[in-house]
Amino acid sequence: MGFEVIFKGKNFIRLLSGLGVALRISVISVAISIALGIVIGMLMTLKKPVINAVTRVYLEIVRIMPQMVLLFIVFFGFTKMTGSNLSAELSSIIVFSFWGTAEMADLVRGCMISIPVIQYESSKALGLTRLQTYIYVIIPQIVRRLIPLSINLITRMIKTTSLIMMIGIVEVLKVAQQIIEANRKSAPKAAFGVFAAVFLLYFLACWPISCLSKYLEKKWEN
Amino acid sequence: MDQEVINSYIPLFKDAFLLTVKIGWLGIALAFLLGIVCAFILYFKIPVAKTVVRCYVELFRNTPLLVQLFFIYYGLPAVGISISAEVCGVVGLGLLGGSYMTESIRSGLEAIPVIQTESALSLGMTNGQLFKNVILPQAFTISVPGIVANVIFLLKETSVFSAISLMDLMFTAKDLIGLYYNTMESLFLLVIFYVIMLLPVSLAGTFIEKKVRFKMFGD
Repeated sequence: MGFEVIFKGKNFIRLLSGLGVALRISVISVAISIALGIVIGMLMTLKKPVINAVTRVYLEIVRIMPQMVLLFIVFFGFTKMTGSNLSAELSSIIVFSFWGTAEMADLVRGCMISIPVIQYESSKALGLTRLQTYIYVIIPQIVRRLIPLSINLITRMIKTTSLIMMIGIVEVLKVAQQIIEANRKSAPKAAFGVFAAVFLLYFLACWPISCLSKYLEKKWEN
Repeated sequence: MDQEVINSYIPLFKDAFLLTVKIGWLGIALAFLLGIVCAFILYFKIPVAKTVVRCYVELFRNTPLLVQLFFIYYGLPAVGISISAEVCGVVGLGLLGGSYMTESIRSGLEAIPVIQTESALSLGMTNGQLFKNVILPQAFTISVPGIVANVIFLLKETSVFSAISLMDLMFTAKDLIGLYYNTMESLFLLVIFYVIMLLPVSLAGTFIEKKVRFKMFGD
């Protein structure tokens, strides 16, 4: 079935390091997305018309544009427009952060407006200052709702980074193709085994994270 | 940007657009059917089938479409199962979408409190009436936002079809950039056609969500 090819020589290590490239890019992008997303999400709840209009357009762009298209625009379009060279890795980080920030901002906004107004009013009536209201009442609740959702964003980010292969970064799928090509003669059925292995690797990378997210969501439900 | 270049590219992009839309919606239809069947299997807790469905959902929700397509299109032929690129696109999108749809529909079904089922049965409703009049209308309302989000997500995912050499929008754009180096024109048309494909769906989705919201009971 072609599974033996995976463990031949350094093939398995190469596949893992390919996955490592994808994971590294997603970790960097997630970190940027979460930081920027929290700021933008909070800005969105301020109800300033200009900010609202800008963020609405931003969210709608991200909502309807496939990440692949954004990747192409940054990787090919930006280079053509400015005449400078943007590495594939940097452009993928830019695109995934652009996309992730919008997702995160939407989550933050959703959590912020899900806190009933009555809680702000009650805190005020109890004599808490604005800062105290946020520290003791609002933020603990938001964090509990937000953490499972942002963990979910990480798995989505990992899945999306499989696209970087299309702009020429050597990650796990590309390595898989190389291994299959190199063993075309000796193991003609390698394609099945190697792609099945990639499938499983992605599953093993994402599944525990989704489980953690589900577990935390249940645990903090009330 | 060169107007003439854009005009000469439009027919190419139109063909690619039609192909993308066709495969996208066929895949979504398959995903929806699969989602309904799997969600009911989970809801009624049918033994064995339930475990199979759960494994399928977890497996496909936690892997990217690109990897799934590579496995179906390049992996399976090595063991004697080969299918055309178009069928592969529909099947791949259908399988991925099916797992997402299952979750959305199931969460809708499970959100109906057991007391409503019990009350309906104690009022003398048959199982058919219970489903038709009590569970489905409410479950559908709850599932709609999830289903709409899934449809948009799946239409966006069609952009990876170029990896299995389907002549879709991405493939055409990449091809034209490689052949004639008219990067800006190709990218411009790519964006325009994706907007044509997705903006109406996005707006319609928001509209439908607003439309069905009033049906919620006690909320």
